[in-house]
Amino acid sequence: MSILQVNGVSKKYSNHVALNNVSLTVPEKSIFGLLGPNGAGKTSLIRIINQITGPDSGEILLNGEKLNQKHISQIGYLPEERGLYKKMGVGEQALYLAQLKGLKKADAKKKLEYWFEKFEMQTWWKKKIEELSKGMQQKVQFIVTVLHEPELLILDEPFSGFDPINAQLIKNEILELRKKGATIIFSTHNMGSVEELCDNIALINKSEKILDGSVKEIRKTYRTNTYKIAFKGNVMGFTNALWTGGEVLEKVTEDDINYFTIRIAKTITSSQLLQAILPTCELVSFNEIVPSMNDIFIMKVNQGNEILGTKSNYTE
Amino acid sequence: MSKIGLIMGREIKSKLSNKTFIVMTLLAPLLITGFLGLIIKMSMDDKTEQRVLVIDDSHVIADKLVGNDYTSFATSNEKLDEAQLSFSKKNYTCLLYIFPGVLNSSKGKVKIFYKKSPGLFFQESLKNQLEKVIYEGQLKSNNIDVNVINNAKISVDIITQKIDENGYNKDDSHFGFLGFIIGALMFMFILMYGMMVFRSVMEEKTNRIVEVIVSSVKPFELMLGKIFGVAVLGVLQFCVMGIVTFVLTTILSTFFMKDLNTQFDKFTQQQELVKKNGTNVDFKKLTNFSDKVETFEIMKKIKGINIPLLLITFVLYFVGGYLFYSSIMAAIGSAVDSESDSQQFITPVMIPLMIGYFIATKTITNPDSSIVFWGSIIPFTSPIVMMSRINDNTPVWEIALSLGLLYVSFIFTTFLAGKIYRTGILMYGKKTSWKEIGKWLFYK
Repeated sequence: MSILQVNGVSKKYSNHVALNNVSLTVPEKSIFGLLGPNGAGKTSLIRIINQITGPDSGEILLNGEKLNQKHISQIGYLPEERGLYKKMGVGEQALYLAQLKGLKKADAKKKLEYWFEKFEMQTWWKKKIEELSKGMQQKVQFIVTVLHEPELLILDEPFSGFDPINAQLIKNEILELRKKGATIIFSTHNMGSVEELCDNIALINKSEKILDGSVKEIRKTYRTNTYKIAFKGNVMGFTNALWTGGEVLEKVTEDDINYFTIRIAKTITSSQLLQAILPTCELVSFNEIVPSMNDIFIMKVNQGNEILGTKSNYTE
Repeated sequence: MSKIGLIMGREIKSKLSNKTFIVMTLLAPLLITGFLGLIIKMSMDDKTEQRVLVIDDSHVIADKLVGNDYTSFATSNEKLDEAQLSFSKKNYTCLLYIFPGVLNSSKGKVKIFYKKSPGLFFQESLKNQLEKVIYEGQLKSNNIDVNVINNAKISVDIITQKIDENGYNKDDSHFGFLGFIIGALMFMFILMYGMMVFRSVMEEKTNRIVEVIVSSVKPFELMLGKIFGVAVLGVLQFCVMGIVTFVLTTILSTFFMKDLNTQFDKFTQQQELVKKNGTNVDFKKLTNFSDKVETFEIMKKIKGINIPLLLITFVLYFVGGYLFYSSIMAAIGSAVDSESDSQQFITPVMIPLMIGYFIATKTITNPDSSIVFWGSIIPFTSPIVMMSRINDNTPVWEIALSLGLLYVSFIFTTFLAGKIYRTGILMYGKKTSWKEIGKWLFYK
């Protein structure tokens, strides 16, 4: 079951195209990574999903229903550029924002008390936002985003501004929310967290979607049959044992141990490779080098840019 | 709709919890009444007692000086330097020395020695009296009868009365200068609350909270909630200020202006009498408070104001004018990132308001001119101009037309402002131009 379906959405501003016929599907109860370099159109898409702006064409379905006002209370949104009223009390402010999402005041208060206790911030209730540190403000902001228990949670760069401890805290909360049945879309540049958290991703570049699917599938598709092998023994014997299709990319010898990076033909499996080399040497380690999401991201974006004839290369 | 209510509530609460706002609300009436009191005080006589010792070397003036309740003159035949020496021991406040040739020069001179500086009012009244004495003395020395001159000076009083087609015949109750003050007040109020909306919008934008909020409510709802919230606040503040001013001025007039009020009553009685009898009598001669005629004329105008009409139209025009301008201000507030960028956008909005203000000055001298009429009909200037000219005789259709136009154009400006606002609040980093704003109107 998919919770969110984006069908052929386009959005144009006066001097540039923000989104060009983008379609994607977000499965229910998953964590979905919306990736792309700056200015690719991620925020435009997120704003359309939040009904902050409307698409020029295309449609968006939430639980199979065309997006409408009713859905506002089912979505929680943490924008990349975030902030709170500086002069307003923490509790009062959280109550106000919760009520705007459609919660009753009494309910909102009860839920807030739960979260305040969970994050050990009961004493902050009466404090003004400007009296809190940046990390504390981010916690308040996170609570406000999830307070109304949205089915769909959209987090734009959720970890920016958090120290590692708080980032871990939020990460755990995100996982827990998914366990409870929420779907999370999160937009980020931090590929490490994508690999750690995301089930599925979509990659947007220059207002077009250039890649989507499950993280596992994508990484499998982009494997290059490259292996890193460490062994003790005769180098000559080892190289002779490789098929003609095997290509040595790199070789280093350190303390009697040879480290070889090799690429083999796609038709050869890893066990066939192992069988061939085992008799020639004493194996220390054997690893397949699977491209990281980061590599795939950079590769795809640069590929896209080359096709479009632009020279600027994207580097993380 | 309930969300607009929530937004209004927050807007009102955030301002009410602001101490400066509360202090200003209470302080402004205090300042107004204080200022009023000061003017009244200054227009009243300087009541410090002055005992003046006169040394008159011209020998023609001293015996003609007349004292009053708090000024007394005594003549001394001492020489000036003797008098100066003994002055500090004597029970006089001033020593007035009149030079010998005072009648023979075109600019007569006298000198005052004092213990405590004599007030400007005392100096002014002394100067007047001396000039009068010298004037009459000069006439006499040339064998001209003072009465002939005085009788030749006839003051003319213009009594205005209006007659329209229906034979409607009533005192023209045009407020003149007071009308302008009311118009200027309107100008101030609209600008003040317009700026309040502008700042509030900009604050949300620079705080970056706006994106969180517009994911919960439509930008248009947010803008309306803000505008209406500040409107409620404005009317509330206006009422509080009005009540406090009313209470303070009542206190002022009952406790500190008692004399003035009774004098005023006498004055109006006399004036009525003169009108009824139709005799051509100079009020100034009739009354023994001739120096206060101007003050009384102003008091008469103030007492003649149709307060309910004024209050009702003021609130209606304030709300209309405020809504009209605040939606524009909200649009501008959404378009800028910082206060320093805002000037280029605020100035063009200020211009029509300033024009209204200048047309309002016209109502003092020429209330029936066509520029005043059109100024009071066209929405950009109508709140200010209409309030400066409105009185009992203003045709109802004119007020209805101008109010109608104002409220209809409010809907129009709000619609356009909403479109700009929606895009503007999410635009960061770029310096906005008018051209850019124009484009935002057409975004979907």
